[in-house]
This record gives sequence, structure tokens and C-alpha cells, in this order.
Amino acid sequence: MAAFAPSPPASWRESSPLPGFGLALGFTVLYLSAIILLPLAALVTRPWQHGVGGFLGAIFAPTTLEALRLSFAAAAAAAAANVGLGLLIAWVLQRYDFPFRRVLDALVDLPFALPTAVAGIALATLYGPRGWIGGLLEPLGIKVAYTPLGVFVALLAVGLPFVVRSVQPVLADLDAAYEEAARTLGAGALQTFVRVVLPALGPALTTGFALAFARGAGEYGSVIFIAGNMPGVSEIAPLVIVGKLEQYDYSGAAAVGVAMLTVSLAVLIATNTVQTRLSRRGGP
Amino acid sequence: MTHALSRRGALATGGSALLALPGTARAADPTSLLNASYDATRELYKGFDALFAADWKRRTGREVRINQSFDGSGKQARAVVDGLEADVVTLALAYDIDSIAARGLIAHNWQSRLPFNSTPFTSTIVFLVRGKNPKRIHDWLDLVRADVKVITANPKTSGGARWAYLAALGFATHRNGGDARKALGFVRGIYANVPVLDTGARGATTTFVQRGLGDVLLGWESEALLAIKAAGPGRLEIVRPSISIAAEPPASVVDKVVDKRGSRAMAEAYLRLLYSDAAQDLAARQGYRPRARAVAARYAAKFPPMNLFTIAEFGGWKAAQARNFADGGAFDKIYRPR
Repeated sequence: MAAFAPSPPASWRESSPLPGFGLALGFTVLYLSAIILLPLAALVTRPWQHGVGGFLGAIFAPTTLEALRLSFAAAAAAAAANVGLGLLIAWVLQRYDFPFRRVLDALVDLPFALPTAVAGIALATLYGPRGWIGGLLEPLGIKVAYTPLGVFVALLAVGLPFVVRSVQPVLADLDAAYEEAARTLGAGALQTFVRVVLPALGPALTTGFALAFARGAGEYGSVIFIAGNMPGVSEIAPLVIVGKLEQYDYSGAAAVGVAMLTVSLAVLIATNTVQTRLSRRGGP
Repeated sequence: MTHALSRRGALATGGSALLALPGTARAADPTSLLNASYDATRELYKGFDALFAADWKRRTGREVRINQSFDGSGKQARAVVDGLEADVVTLALAYDIDSIAARGLIAHNWQSRLPFNSTPFTSTIVFLVRGKNPKRIHDWLDLVRADVKVITANPKTSGGARWAYLAALGFATHRNGGDARKALGFVRGIYANVPVLDTGARGATTTFVQRGLGDVLLGWESEALLAIKAAGPGRLEIVRPSISIAAEPPASVVDKVVDKRGSRAMAEAYLRLLYSDAAQDLAARQGYRPRARAVAARYAAKFPPMNLFTIAEFGGWKAAQARNFADGGAFDKIYRPR
């Protein structure tokens, strides 16, 4: 009767066409425990060696606070910029046909594949005072490499594929008929985009933002080469963690790690909530 | 019913596997030796390992394979503490070996077990400047000039940078008649001229040589000699300041590991061979100052005598580390946000 209604996920009592539920669940629990839960548990139990005071002291030291602020602010700014740029790129790649479209499409994934250190060194060379782009900006008084702006640029590169790859499939599924319908009903181009296309893309854009943000906040390899790493100015939080490890201050390092985890988790939960709201409201 | 059973079975499997995670112990393998060293020694130990393998074969008739692990000095020490089974450690500073010893893996008297504080060769901190020294940088005082940009690594993450910081501090302490406050003021003046703090010594060299940033690189003499060789004639010059620090990268057997693996004899022979004339010659060619008199005499032109003080000047590594590089220490105060 209800053959075409979407079926709810099969509970473990019901038999599913896919066999081996018990084994699969066992593996899932084991695997997630081994690679995610156990390391996280180890992290969360670590910082309390010097009590709550030691934990708070490690996080609220002035240079640590500055580093946390820089990491999260740069990650948020870069993710936000990537939402705009990523949407544009996804749109161009999905909605138009032109020579070398597939090549450009493949290029988007390069930041995934490139070792982050390679990306960082390339960016530092390009944007350094003697670099191709840095050399042009220098006379204008704009310094990118070895400033907080450099952190932003590195995170821009790292985060882009997350947004493009989140949006692209949704854009592909979005029937052009909706846009045509909107136009025939008298909506302008801008109105169609804002009222019809954007609401449908909202959840995907939010996911892209969250992924790019989370990745950017914890990014080390590419940022370290272009940041300049001046304490209190262009030092990122992961570098503070490395610095503490270098002094064998495991509990201090773990404290900063827990602080980063907490903020990232809060942002992920917030974006998830926004995403759920958006997908309930919008969508064709 | 069957499903319920299998689910319980699955959870049990997951649970017991969680408890059985730690790896099993490796079987004893006395035909190999692992040396955990720091980044800048790659070229040196490549040559030395071949030297040792040949020597060991000649004396015992047995083959030996030397495995090498390279990373930042502090990172290597942490790896050994966390279970990396290195038979010997050859690190950038005694502080890192001390911290392995503090966790009971190395005997506390390790530094007196081999000649020269267990340091087979030394280096020092020098200035590397551009060809023909355009900014006329000759001594420490030039580093605080307003028109000079200094490139060096972050002492919190780089062992070599810690030697550089202490070299500057030692100079300033001597100059100011032991006035610690004035000395720190001078060091602060140098770091005020630093536009980029790289995380490692090699990174700082790259910033100075490849990216062309700064007027002077403050770092290892061995690294400066290597950079000059790589850059070609005329592009870079070494400037040796009036006074600097004797940087001692020490070596030790990791007692817990060699006793477990039964490799003590081999590991001790490996470290002793570092003091042989052949090994000292190799080290000198790689830019390290040899200890052996005969070899040092041969390379006298490459390593002009310098006025050097040691880490003892600062009461040893433990005191130097706590006062200068620990969180809230002197280095942090330099960068306190204004």
C-alpha cells in the first residue's frame, strides 16, 4: 500500500535486505571508538593534572587567548568568504558548459590532495614580499604573508572544496523548472535567486560553512608557513599546543585542545540546528 | 531472537577489542639499531651509519642495520617517552635527554658516561648575512639597529633557536656586568627586529635564503655552512660574533630499550665510534666542530676559534628552560600583547 512512502530506517528487530547487521554494528562501534571516541576521551581526561585552576590558567593566558581568537576568527571569516566564492564556483561548474570545465572541476579538489605543507609553502612564496602577488601588493602597503591576513588566505584555500563539493550535488538536483516557473510567474532574476534558489541551497551552504570552519580552526600545516607565528599577533592556537608539548606540558596542551574542541563543537551544533531549520522551511 | 543475540555479541566484540588495543611487544632483533635524532643531522648520520656498520662487521663479523628516525628534537624525546624503541638518542640539547631520563628510561648520570659531557662534537651560534655584508653586521649590537631585520626560529618550538636566544642573552649579560634586567632588554630588542618566527631552524634558513627576508639569520653554524654551500659562492657570508655559546648536541643510550632488546653492547659501540677520528672528520665536513684535536687542527680554517661560553653560564638546561622558555617565562614577556 504505502510502497512509495519513504521507509523509516530499519530497526534492529526488523530484517533488512542487507544481511549481517550484528557484525556491521559491532564493527561500527569498534571503529568509531578506536579512531574517534578513545582519542577524544584521552584528550578530555588529560588537562586536569593541575586542577581546574591549571586548566583555566592554560587557556586564559594572554597569548593563548589571542591565538584562539585568531584561529577561530580567521576560520569563520574564511569559511564565510568561501560560502560566497564556493557558491559562485559551484554555480559556474554546474550550470554552464564551456571548454575545460572538467579540468576546472577537478582543480577544486586539489587542496584536498595536496599535502598541507606544500600548499603553505607555495602560498608563502606567492604572497611573500618578493613573491608574484606579494610583490605587487607590497607597494600598495598590503602585507599578506606573515600577518593575520596570511592565515585568512591559507584557510581560504583549504576550505574552498568543502563548500563547492557540498553545494554541487544539490545544485545538480535542483530542477531548472523551479526557476523557469518563478520567472514565468513574474519574478525577476534577483528575486528568483534569493527566493527560490538560495533557500534550496541553504542547508548545503551551511554544511559547507561548518566543514570549512571546523577544518580551518584546526589547520596547522599550511598556515604555519605563511602566518609569521608572532606570539599574540599571528600565532595560531595549534602552534600554541605544539609549543606547550615542546615543554612537555601535556596537560596545558590538552587544555588548549579541549578549548578548541568545545568551541568547534558549539559551532557545529549551532550550524546543524540552522541547517535543520533551513531544510524544514526551504527546499522545493 | 537471533538478531538480539547477534547484537549482544557484536557489542561484546566491540567492547573486548577496545580493551585489547595496545600493541604487542616486538621480538628481540639484535641485528638492527634505531637512532632517534633531530632534523639537521640527516646528512651526518647517513655517512656515519655506513661507517659504523663496516666497523661492527670488522670487529664482530656480524651484519648490522641502522635505522634512523628524524624529527624535531623535542618531538623525538616525546616519542621515546611514549614508547618509540630507540636504542640511542642523538638530540639537539641535553634538556630533551634529561626529560627522557626524568621518566626513568635513561640513567640520571647519562651525561657523565661519555667524554665531553656526552657531546661528540659541538656547534655554535653565528650570523649568516647576504653577500658582501651590505648592512655591515659585525657583532651582537648590530642586531638591535633599527634598520636591521633578524630571522630566527621560535625558541619555544626549536632547539636551535633556544641556543640562539641563550647566545644573545649570554652576550648581553657579559656586556652589562651581569645585570639580568638590562640583558633581557637587549634580547627583547633583537626579537623586536624579527619579522617572522619559524617553528624550526631549517624553516628559518628557508625564509632567509629562499624568500629573501631579513638581513641576518641567527642560528647554527653547521646550518649556516650548509646554506653557503647550497647557495653557491658570493651569495651568503658567515659573520662570527665576538662571543657566542658552545652549542652541545648530546647523545645517550636509552637504557630501558637496550636492556630489553639485548642491544646494549652494540648501542654503546655506536656512540663510542662517534669520537673516532673517522667520525670526527665526517662531522667536521658536515659543519660540526670536532672534539678530536688532530681533526680540529685539520679543519682550523673552517672553524676559527671563538670566544664561547657554555650552558653552565645559565645554571644548566633545567634552570635556563624554566626561566626563559617555560610558559610565562622571559621569552613570553617579550611578546606580551600590548
